Parts: sequence; C-alpha cells; structure tokens
Amino acid sequence: MKSITHVAQAGTVESSDILINLAPAQPQSGIQIELATPTPKQYGAQIRELIRQTLTAHGIADAVVQATDKGALDYTIKARLITAIERACAPEGGN
Amino acid sequence: MQTLKLRRAMMFMPGNNPAMLQNAGIYGADSVIFDLEDAVSIHEKDSARQLVLQALTHFTYSCEIAIRINHIQTPYGFRDLETVLPGKPDLIRLPKAESAEEIQTVAEVIARIERECGFPDGTIKMGAAIETAKGLRQAYAIASASPRMEFLAIGGEDFIADLKTTRSKDGRELFVARSQLVLAAREAGIQAIDTVFADANDDETFLNEVRFIKQLGFDGKSVINPRQVRQVQEVFAPTEKEISHARRVLAAYQDALDRKSGVIALDGKMIDTPIVTRAERVLAYAAAVRN
Repeated sequence: MKSITHVAQAGTVESSDILINLAPAQPQSGIQIELATPTPKQYGAQIRELIRQTLTAHGIADAVVQATDKGALDYTIKARLITAIERACAPEGGN
Repeated sequence: MQTLKLRRAMMFMPGNNPAMLQNAGIYGADSVIFDLEDAVSIHEKDSARQLVLQALTHFTYSCEIAIRINHIQTPYGFRDLETVLPGKPDLIRLPKAESAEEIQTVAEVIARIERECGFPDGTIKMGAAIETAKGLRQAYAIASASPRMEFLAIGGEDFIADLKTTRSKDGRELFVARSQLVLAAREAGIQAIDTVFADANDDETFLNEVRFIKQLGFDGKSVINPRQVRQVQEVFAPTEKEISHARRVLAAYQDALDRKSGVIALDGKMIDTPIVTRAERVLAYAAAVRN
C-alpha cells in the first residue's frame, strides 16, 4: 500500500480539465471524495467511481480528494489523478 | 505503385491541454505533435506526459501522432520516453539534435520499451529537429543514425538565434540551412520538414514561404495553427495539370518501351529517366493525397 505524505494538486480549472487536490487521511478512514461538477446528476457517480478505482489501483486506501471538474473526459480525470498521486507520494513532488 | 507517407502539415499541440489533445484528429493534419518541450512549463512536465499517455491509451487517432520530448540532456527527456512510449505513439521527435549518438540513445530506449510492451520491433519511428549550427554540420549523421529515422526538421527560431541574426520576411538567413537540411535528408533517404511560421495572421508571407520550401524540396512544414494545415496541404497538392502531364509522360515512356524505342518524346520535349521518376512521384503523391 502507498501512502500520501503531503497535499498535492494536479490539473486546472480550464474547460475540459479537472483540478484534483489530494490530501493525506487517517489510516482506515477510506477514500473521501468532495466533487464539484457542472453535471452532478449525469456524471457525478461515474467520476467518483473513476477516482476511487484509480486511487485503489495505485495502492491508495486512505485519502481526501477534492475535485473541481470542468467537463473533463475520463482520460483527463485519470491523468490528473495519477499525477496528483505521484506528487503526493513523492518526497518533493518532482516532475 | 509505392504509397508515400505524407507529412505535409505536422501540427504542434501543447501536451498539457486536454481540450486540444482530445480533438487532435479533427484538424486534418497529416501528423499531430503532442509537445512536451517548449509548450509545457517545467512545473507541469509530469502532468503533461501523463495526460499524453492517457490520451494515447484512450483514443484511436486518424492521423499520425508524434511526441516531441524534451532533450535527453535535460532532466525530463528520459522520463518523457519512459512514460509515453507504453502508449505506443507513432513517432518520437527529438528537439535540438546535435549528434548521431543522441539518436542512437533514444532509439535504444524505444527498442527496450517496445520489447517490454510486446510491440513489434521498429513500430515507433523517430524524427529529429536541427536547431543549431553544430546540429546542421551533423545533419547527415543524425539522419542516418537509426533505421527508425523518418525525417529531419529544422527549428528555425533557435537556429536563427544560434546564427546571431534575426528572422526576415523572405527567410534569406535560413536559405543555406534549409538547403543543407534537404540535402542531408535526401542523402539519408528520409523526409525534410520545414520550421513553423509564427504569425498566423500573415497569410501572404506564410503562403510564399510554403511555396518556397516546397520548391527547395521539403516534404512538409511544422505548423502551430489549425488554419495553416489546409493552406500547406493545398500548396503541396499536385494540380490536375501536373497529374495529367505525369500520366502522359508515363504512357509515352511505356509506349517507347513496348516499341523498343531508345528515344522518347512528348509534345516535342525529350523524356529521360529523371522526368519519368518525377512523374511517378507526382502520381504516387496524388494517390497518397486521395487516400
């Protein structure tokens, strides 16, 4: 299991993008997702599920995620989340 | 008939822009270059290469997708390769190439990742941009450094800065470099791609430049604006007159072969081997455009 050591961000609030803020959480607290999206009814559940799946696939069990969606497609959500994970788990972020 | 790989317009797109990456195929460019180098700030190199990887994995593009990586002497170049190559781009474009060794180093990384990912050997091609006097002196060595090499490009702005001059409207300062680049590419049997033209509002100078570089022998041009794609393609497209003439040349040539005649003429002009070769190229080009 990977653990998030510090807060990290990835993405932007430009159209078709998503801004991900990833923060550490207490062990065993699970994945908490706060999502702001222009299409909560249509895609809210799908975006939350994609965030959860991507974190789990990268060995993250506990995290606090704030996501500001601007109409991002799945590939962008996944890319921004993976970048946020890499930054949040790296000693100094790194790029 | 041999099918040519067209690279008339190679369009740059910033690698960290989701809206552009997801629409990359709609502009009609022969190649789209996802840029990880100059278009991406040093603070966003990681997010750009991850976005490019996910785009490559998620979409099936109708055009060739090239990735311009950062130079391998920067802290980013090898990370770019390690991240994006598993997404199976069509081509890697190396900026500021100055030696055959750089090409071979990148080619070795590509070969290793192709093996690791189970891609057929040689799937991912390469191109390199010459942007310095030193690079131009090594142009043939760079062009012939790997069988993956598909083209040499000239990076005009950096090259002009290296020459310690400025860019003029008619591009006279680039004349020697452009000519030498075409010569090196032709000697190596690969394509030559011209530099970008930055002023998207100056159509007249842009079109003059495209006609000029076509006449020098270039196969295409790097572009930064979607509007320039069609303009370049129209200049490079063979005209109906050229196609008709090429057909007549080949017909006359075939007729002479059938008659075992040593002298071939069309409309009172002698036809020899270079003219036949040129006619074949016009028809191959026209066929590639149709496809």
